[in-house]
Amino acid sequence: MIKLENISKQFGEHLVLDDVSATFERGKTNLIIGQSGSGKTVLMKICTGLYEPDKGIVTFDERQFSNTKEKNKINIRKEMGVLFQGGALFDSMSVEQNVMFPLDMFTNMTYEEKLERVNFCLNRVNLSGINNLRTSELSGGMMKRVAIARAISNSPKYLFCDEPNSGLDPQTSELIDDLISEITHEFNMTTIINTHDINSVLKIGQTISFINKGKLWWSGDNRSVLESDNKELNTFLFSTELTKRVKTN
Amino acid sequence: MLKKLGDYVLLMFQVFRKPDNALIFRKRMLHEFYNLGYTSIGIVAILSVFVGAVATILVAYNTDNPLLPEKLIGFSARQMIILEFSPTMISLILAGKLGSQIASELGTMRVTQQIDALKVMGVNPANYLIFPKILSCLLFIPVLIIFSIVIGILGGWLACVFTGVITPSNYVVGLRAWFEPFSITFAMIKTVVFSFLITSISSFIGYNVEGGSVEVGKASTQAVVVGSIAIIVFDLILTQMLLT
Repeated sequence: MIKLENISKQFGEHLVLDDVSATFERGKTNLIIGQSGSGKTVLMKICTGLYEPDKGIVTFDERQFSNTKEKNKINIRKEMGVLFQGGALFDSMSVEQNVMFPLDMFTNMTYEEKLERVNFCLNRVNLSGINNLRTSELSGGMMKRVAIARAISNSPKYLFCDEPNSGLDPQTSELIDDLISEITHEFNMTTIINTHDINSVLKIGQTISFINKGKLWWSGDNRSVLESDNKELNTFLFSTELTKRVKTN
Repeated sequence: MLKKLGDYVLLMFQVFRKPDNALIFRKRMLHEFYNLGYTSIGIVAILSVFVGAVATILVAYNTDNPLLPEKLIGFSARQMIILEFSPTMISLILAGKLGSQIASELGTMRVTQQIDALKVMGVNPANYLIFPKILSCLLFIPVLIIFSIVIGILGGWLACVFTGVITPSNYVVGLRAWFEPFSITFAMIKTVVFSFLITSISSFIGYNVEGGSVEVGKASTQAVVVGSIAIIVFDLILTQMLLT
C-alpha cells in the first residue's frame, strides 16, 4: 500500500500540488486522472522519488519514502517498477539487455537464470523471440510492452505507469491496459497509473483519484465515476458527444 | 556561476562512489575504453604526424642561421611536441570529439528519461554513467598522448626526409640533446588534469540538460567551449606552477 499524506509541491510561485492525500491499495489498479497541467505527473514523480514534496509524507507499506536518507530510498526503489511515458528503454542495449538490466544490477543470478526470467517476462507481454532486436527497431506498442517487461523483471511490489497509452492506437491501448491489469492481479502489486484515457478509466479503474487545480478533487472507482455529479470530473471525462452518451446510458 | 560550480562539485560527489555492481562497472569501463579511447586513435595519429612535421619545418624556417647548430631544430621540435603540442593541442581536439560525444549521449539519456529510469530502479545514475567515462579517459588519454608524442616526432623526421630542411641524422641528434625526463612527467600531469576536465565538464553539462533536442545540441556545443576554455586556463596555471 502506498500512502500520500498532505502532499504539497510548488515550483517558483506556482503551487502545483496543494495538500493532496490518497491511499493506493495493493493488488489494485489505482488510477490518477486529470487534465494536462493538473499536477498528476508531478504527483507520480513524487511517488517515485524523482521530486521531493515541499510538505507531506509518502509511505510505502508504512516505510517513509519522502524526505528521508538516500540509503533508505534505494531499498524501496529496488522494489519499484516504472513504465515511463516514452518507455525510457536504454537505446544502447538490445531488448534482452534492457529486460535483464535490473537482474544484472541487483541479483546474483546466473546468466541462464536471468535469461529464463527475461524470456518469461517477454512471453508475459506477448513478445517472445525478440531478444536481440535493438530498441530502435521496435514500434511504439512494442516499446511500451518491453518497458513493462523490464519493469516487472525484478518482481517489483510497486508498479508505476505514466500515461501508458499515450501515442498508441485504441487497440494497442486496450492491450496495454489489459496487460497492466492482469500483471497487477497476478503478482499482487500496488499499481499506480497516470492517465487521461477514459477507456482506461472505465475498464481498469479500480480506484480513481481525480486531480484538478493541484487538489484531489474526487476519488472513487469505475462504477461510481459514471454516477458522480461532480461538475469538474464530468467536464473532464465526459466532454465529447460520444462520452456524454456513455454517461447517460 | 557559483551555483553551477557547487552543482558540479555535488555531482562529482555522486560520481566518485563505490559502484553498485563491480562486474557491470568493469564491462562499462571496457565499453568506454573502446567508445572514447580506441575510436580516437585515428584522429590523434593524423593530427600528430602532420603537426609534428609542420612544427619541424617552422622551427627550421625560423632558425635559418649558420651560427645556430642544426640539432637545435630537432631539439626545439621535440620540446614543442612534448611540452605543449601533444598534451594541450590534442587535449583540445579531444575536448571537441569526446566532449560533444559525452554531452550529447548523457543529454539524450536525460531528455528521454533514461537517467530517471536508472534512478527509480535504485541505481546511482551519476556513478553508473559518468564514473566509467572519467576513469577510462584518465587511463587511456595519457596513452594517447604518449602515442601522439611518438607520432609527432616521427612526423618531424618524415618532414626532414621529404623536404630536406635538415638531415634526418641531425634531427635525431637534436631529439636526443639536453633531454629532461621531467618534461614527460610535466606532459603527463597536464594530460591527466585535462582528461578529468574534458570528461567531468561535458558529463556535468550533458547530465543536467533540460528540454529537448535543441537543448541537447546546445549542451554539446557548450561542453566543447567550456572544456576548451578550462584546458587553456589550466594549461597556464600548470605551466606556471610546474616549470617556473
